[in-house]
Amino acid sequence: MDLDLITNILYITIRTGTPLLLVALGELVCERSGVLNLGQEGMMLMGAVTGFIAAFVTGNVYLGFLMAALAGMTMSLIFAFVALTLNANQVATGLALTIFGTGLSAFIGAGYEGKTITALPTLSIGLIESVPLIGRPLFAQDVLVYGSWAMFIAIYLFFRQSRAGLKVRAAGENPDVGSNLGLPVLRIRYLSVMFGGAMAGIAGGYLSLAYTPLWTENLTAGRGWIALALVVFASWRVGRIMLGAYLFGFASIMHLFLQGIGLSISSNLLATLPYVATIVVLIFLSKNLEHLKQFEPMALGKPWHKTH
Amino acid sequence: MKKMIHALGLSLGLTAAADVLADDPLKVGFVYVSPTGEAGWTYQHDLGRQHIEATFGADVETTFAENVPEGADAERVLTQMAKSGHDLIFATSFGYMNATLKVAKRFPDVHFEHASGYKRSDNVSTYFDRIYEGRYLSGVVAGRMSETNTIGYIGAFPIPEVIRGINAFTLGAQSVNPDIKVKVVWLNTWFDPAKEREAAETMINQNADVITFHTDSPAAVQAAEDAGIYAVGYHSDMSSYGPTAHLTAAVHNWEDYYVSRVQAVMDGTWSSTDTWKGIADNMTDITPINSAVPASVIAEVDVLKAKIASGALHPFTGPLNKQSGEQVLADGAVMSDGDLLGMDYYVEGVDGKLN
Repeated sequence: MDLDLITNILYITIRTGTPLLLVALGELVCERSGVLNLGQEGMMLMGAVTGFIAAFVTGNVYLGFLMAALAGMTMSLIFAFVALTLNANQVATGLALTIFGTGLSAFIGAGYEGKTITALPTLSIGLIESVPLIGRPLFAQDVLVYGSWAMFIAIYLFFRQSRAGLKVRAAGENPDVGSNLGLPVLRIRYLSVMFGGAMAGIAGGYLSLAYTPLWTENLTAGRGWIALALVVFASWRVGRIMLGAYLFGFASIMHLFLQGIGLSISSNLLATLPYVATIVVLIFLSKNLEHLKQFEPMALGKPWHKTH
Repeated sequence: MKKMIHALGLSLGLTAAADVLADDPLKVGFVYVSPTGEAGWTYQHDLGRQHIEATFGADVETTFAENVPEGADAERVLTQMAKSGHDLIFATSFGYMNATLKVAKRFPDVHFEHASGYKRSDNVSTYFDRIYEGRYLSGVVAGRMSETNTIGYIGAFPIPEVIRGINAFTLGAQSVNPDIKVKVVWLNTWFDPAKEREAAETMINQNADVITFHTDSPAAVQAAEDAGIYAVGYHSDMSSYGPTAHLTAAVHNWEDYYVSRVQAVMDGTWSSTDTWKGIADNMTDITPINSAVPASVIAEVDVLKAKIASGALHPFTGPLNKQSGEQVLADGAVMSDGDLLGMDYYVEGVDGKLN
């Protein structure tokens, strides 16, 4: 295997993992605040279609991403109103959001199937790109990939260092105590859900504006669900989410790559590789169950309202 | 949502059916598995529908229900169409087979046409096109244009229809360039644009300089365009997704068949038949070839196309060996339709294992 090939595999791995990373980071913040939003797939699709239409009409792909984020956020507000203000079951509300988003995005996008736009350009960082092996994967990606890394660091520091991060965690661990101490739990949760929505929208936009610059119904093909599982298997830790997202990306590429070199393993078996590899590694990392429980937000998915 | 609007349209049609007159236009219904879109399997069927309208004008009235899932939903939609006074219904997805037969039994006066299926009854016909002929010709173009002698082929599921396409394409490419290897990657899904793109990029990295596919999105054409290599489309002309990359596409043409079936119903000559036609009957074709292809190659393809149309050339003609080297056809022998329909092996020149 020559160096170029490895470089290319790393390059595609990062591009494949990016949408997963974006959604999973958003969902992480949302879940850390105690809210389980299963509507990721629906929000992604709405982001993808809205972003595509905006970019198609205006010719500006960056505006497309802005609209994608807004669309995801709007969808998440619907969820927040029903699940947080009206205190409906979060699982049911999230599922409804996915079904709603899938149908609505197909409806809105019907007239835009088969249209193409100019994809988000890659942005190479000067000479570093020519560094062998890691140059191209790390320094010749598009701005969204760099953005996802910036977001990764920001969220890591947010939970590690900031007071606001602590407040989000308090809302997710014990909203009653938090509320008694004067935290605006409902507002924190609203903001967290909206952040998750915006990230899901951008992730959808990444697919329709950067990776495969086109719109077709159900474009995301289940990536929202994979990201949801990723958050759990990464036991709500930022670093592992990134690891998991790229691992999944890498294994998906290997599934195709190994077929291409004519390996005599059933393609059905190879197709399970991304799932198996990701789950095995992440489970191995969190094999200590007690340890795992420490990281699961205690109030995750439980309806809550201010009692006094 | 869209389905609701169509369902509403159907139920309105139902009330209107009560006061139909004898010389009302012939009602022709279409059931589609996916949105009509701008390219793809369903889009080609919708072109056929539009052609019916253009041909018969006020004598026909066509309706369609798109995005109808295979299974119980299909049965419901077919029933509604039959009830609402449709005389002829085209069910355009393989998975509608059992639903179509079931509904047809309850409405013996309605004529049904099922695409790509193999079960028929007194009022259910089946039809499909010999798309492998188009695959063969597009393989010739790809074989002439490839410089690395490596072509990437993205497959959905290893079923005979897809394998037949891969083999026909490979034979076409090899007929002009014996060194050609066709790499096959299976996705185990009909539709996942991002995955189709990943597969294309993976094979481009493995030296492929022409990409083709038997999946449902044009993502691979885009990947080829971005990588500066060539692609061969499928179902529809996909050149809008890669004007430079798109060499040609193997396409289904339902126009003539659909018009002939409508005419047959009007004349009262409709009967249950099984149709499997190709280039000779204009049911299969390839789209205009990219101007990057030398005129000599275009002329060569035209000659081959004429030969296929006249019956002088059959893509699956011996000597033909399986990948394992086992002979399938002796020199000069032509494969029977039965063997074509049940194909479950790669021919020589396909790189990859079929399990």
